Amino acid sequence: MAIAQATVSGGMRTQLRDFTSRRWLMAAIIIPLAFLYPIFDKWLGIGRIGSFEAILIYCILAMGLNVVVGYAGLLDLGYAAFFAIGAYTNAFITSPSSYFVLKGWIPEFVQHFWVAIAISWAVAALFGVLLGAPTLRLRGDYLAIVTLGFGEIVPNFFLNADKITGGTQGINLIATPPTIPLPGNHELSFGVTDQRNWFWLILVVLLFSLVLILRMKSSRLGRSWVAMREDEVAAASMGINLVRSKLWAFGLGASFAGFAGSLYAAAFTYVGPDQFLFSVSVMVLAMVILGGMGNVYGVIVGGILVGGFDRILADELNRPMQWLGGRIGYSGMESHDLGTDRFLVFGLALVVMMVARPEGLLPSQQRKRELREKPPSEGGPPIVVDLEATT
Amino acid sequence: MDLNWNLLVQSIVIGIASGSLIALIALGYTIVYGIVELINFAHGEVFMMGALCAITVVTATSVTSQSSWPAIVAVAIFGFMIAMAFSAGINLGIDRIAYRRLRSAPRLAPLIAAIGFSFILQNIGIYWKGSNTVSPPALIPQKYRAYNVLNEWFGLDTKIRIRPLDLMVVGVTIPLLIALTMFVYRTKTGRAMRATAQDRDAAALMGIDVNRTISIAFLLGGALAGAAGFIALYYNNSARYQMGFRYGLFAFTAAVLGGIGNMTGAVVGGICIGLVWAISDGFMRTLIDGWGAQWTPSVIFGVLVIVMIFRPSGLFGEHTDKV
Repeated sequence: MAIAQATVSGGMRTQLRDFTSRRWLMAAIIIPLAFLYPIFDKWLGIGRIGSFEAILIYCILAMGLNVVVGYAGLLDLGYAAFFAIGAYTNAFITSPSSYFVLKGWIPEFVQHFWVAIAISWAVAALFGVLLGAPTLRLRGDYLAIVTLGFGEIVPNFFLNADKITGGTQGINLIATPPTIPLPGNHELSFGVTDQRNWFWLILVVLLFSLVLILRMKSSRLGRSWVAMREDEVAAASMGINLVRSKLWAFGLGASFAGFAGSLYAAAFTYVGPDQFLFSVSVMVLAMVILGGMGNVYGVIVGGILVGGFDRILADELNRPMQWLGGRIGYSGMESHDLGTDRFLVFGLALVVMMVARPEGLLPSQQRKRELREKPPSEGGPPIVVDLEATT
Repeated sequence: MDLNWNLLVQSIVIGIASGSLIALIALGYTIVYGIVELINFAHGEVFMMGALCAITVVTATSVTSQSSWPAIVAVAIFGFMIAMAFSAGINLGIDRIAYRRLRSAPRLAPLIAAIGFSFILQNIGIYWKGSNTVSPPALIPQKYRAYNVLNEWFGLDTKIRIRPLDLMVVGVTIPLLIALTMFVYRTKTGRAMRATAQDRDAAALMGIDVNRTISIAFLLGGALAGAAGFIALYYNNSARYQMGFRYGLFAFTAAVLGGIGNMTGAVVGGICIGLVWAISDGFMRTLIDGWGAQWTPSVIFGVLVIVMIFRPSGLFGEHTDKV
């Protein structure tokens, strides 16, 4: 049913429906507020722009993972690997201490932030396709474990290949974007202290990614992902090339992690192997699940909630909680650090959502119906779907 | 080029010991997968909880290596049993809280819940024993820790070392495997498990209480993980909240290598992975310059990816229709 709907009402009509006047109104309120945040931050003395930079980058990651998990229904447990690939690609290209730059293999004009971000984007997408190509014929849970294995190998490689990657020390001095001159005597520079400008830059990249993802979702490809997710056999018999659709999902999903990784490396001018552990993959997955698989707005909300706990709330709540612990005379609470509860929060987000509300806080209506209905064949579908037959 | 035979044989000895440990964990994955077709991602953490429980129990008895032999043996057996019961209870609890409600949900839902539990248990591990590595109270007298069975018992003049600890790991694992096999193939409950694994609906029609059978599978898997937790604690002389992640994934690789859902496969896979692990940790550096234990995870996850891609049914793949 849902497949037919998606196919008939694709293209421009979906576009128009997506942007009903209510959504325009929401966008007209939220986007300017987001852009004005650094000014509020300064007025009110909150001092959290740096945290929000990281949270917005994680939101970009969550949006990318949503393409793979939410749209195409492929569980990727090694998504942090693509994030790492994006970040290290940027570092290899632009850091003056990088092995490749020292060898003189990188031409001068490439050692530039904007070129590097484009290359990281492409390299991450390439690795997405490379990993996807041999594994996509696997059934869902097996695919998840293979991506997990890949997600462990990549940081392990970056940690151990210390001649190229600097090992545990990582790579620093990554290029930042060149200063943008503005009319009048103003300019937008991107030094370490220009957190406000960085925040705006990341926000612009996030909005750009959002537009790309919305366009992708209503394209022919996006509709084929939904059809494939609901029923592979039916989708294949309608003429959808499963291998190609899945590869595009993997590649495009990974490409957003490339963006995010490249930005992350440049914003903090440093990459190290401990930034891309399995816990990052799970954190991003928790964002997608909490917000609502398949609904990109929900995923952004999930990203802000989970990232907000990780970067801001755990920090801010520590003092009041310890104070309260002191007042009621409970020493465990007085000396407790909420930062150590991160895993518990990610884990609970996953378990509670799966048991109580698998469609997430802001569900995509279509995904909700799928998650609430029983699987097509209770006896268990065949594991190895022969994709060759459909090519 | 001369092979360093001593190091190779030594690596094989260590590999068999740690391989039987991995086999115990891998069996837990396989039993649960065989029946409910769920990758119990939290299994590695169930194993870790067994190790932490063993530390707490042994510490509470305040028996150490200076105590008398009967006391040491009694405490070891007691700690072993409690760790098994504790892990079994946790595994059963997870099934009751989450997996059971998700039996008819899309396949990825219980897997995501399992990942969630894995993180929750890790955090509980941090609350329990802190985030640093902890050592158990020493139970084995100093004299026997660096003791070479081959020199002392057999009077062989060799550099290859087999410690009592290595023998103990294998010596505990084999009876457990025999007991498990007897249980699955010789008892009525075991037959019910096999029937449920083959066809849950048909089993239910034959009067088998499917939910109870699934609970037993989780209990058995958890108990084996707890046993492995106790053994790993004393074999490595350390435990940490993160230990379950790596052991768990290695064991999962072993289960997949052997053919998930197949018990013999899990044991053979476990030994294979143990050998790969020990050879990569020790022997490989004589062949490849700059090789070291830091590459082992990449090698084993590489094995995982390759097996998954080329032979997802594993070595003993007669269970292919299920996997």
